[in-house]
Amino acid sequence: MKKASAIAILFLTLLIFWLLLNGSLAADIVIVGVVTALVIAILFRDGLAVFSEFRATPRAFLTAFLYLPYFLGELIKSNLHIARVVLTPSLPLNPAIVKVRTRLKSRMGRLILANSITLTPGTLTVELDGEWLYIHWVTAEATDIDAATAQIVAGFEKYLEVMYG
Amino acid sequence: MTIGGIIGGILMLSGAAFLFLAGLGLVRMPDLFNRLQAGTKATTLGTLLTLAGAACLRPDWAVKLLLIGLFILFTNPISSQVLARAAHRTGTPQAAGTVDRLAEDREKRP
Repeated sequence: MKKASAIAILFLTLLIFWLLLNGSLAADIVIVGVVTALVIAILFRDGLAVFSEFRATPRAFLTAFLYLPYFLGELIKSNLHIARVVLTPSLPLNPAIVKVRTRLKSRMGRLILANSITLTPGTLTVELDGEWLYIHWVTAEATDIDAATAQIVAGFEKYLEVMYG
Repeated sequence: MTIGGIIGGILMLSGAAFLFLAGLGLVRMPDLFNRLQAGTKATTLGTLLTLAGAACLRPDWAVKLLLIGLFILFTNPISSQVLARAAHRTGTPQAAGTVDRLAEDREKRP
């Protein structure tokens, strides 16, 4: 049952992607899309944990919906921060590779956390090791584990914990 | 000039400004890791703003531009993360004064 729903979700996602890319509902395009999406969904049913590890509860959907504006806000804030650093003549850097810990257990949750950290400029995930993340930080404000975790991870983690656990 | 054209122009211009700052950061930063930060990620917002501007100018392209934006959001961090990891594993020199917890932990367990 779980496998069938994983295939169905993957199939629908791929089909919608295909139709959006084509921007048309002509019969030949729909048929090609259905066949290809079905084959890929069956072959890769265990591959896409984005969907199968997602907790499909109403609260998780709401959180996913709220996560996007929060993330975009962080993206803009940190871009402006880096822009200021680059434009300051003295180049006020304080680079460090800090170690932080995540409470997230699922692979997908950790992946999205690492990617979100990397996407916000100023912090870059260098290495993942179980629950530990090593993060390069352009203007490090703290180098001990707890303080760095609170600064970098806590904001994203709050959302991802509900979505993936 | 329509409203959409003006908003689109402003968005594309600010996107170009962020892309310029990314290039400037690439020149000014002291070592590979800091350059990677400026060069691969300030471009994310720059590209997204440019795409949003294009979507305002040509609303009929909006869906495809949204898909391009999603692909960038998914692939960009992975490439910069893998580059940084490879650089760290091969011992790329770091700017003076960098605190490196990863190297400290690597030494502890050979």
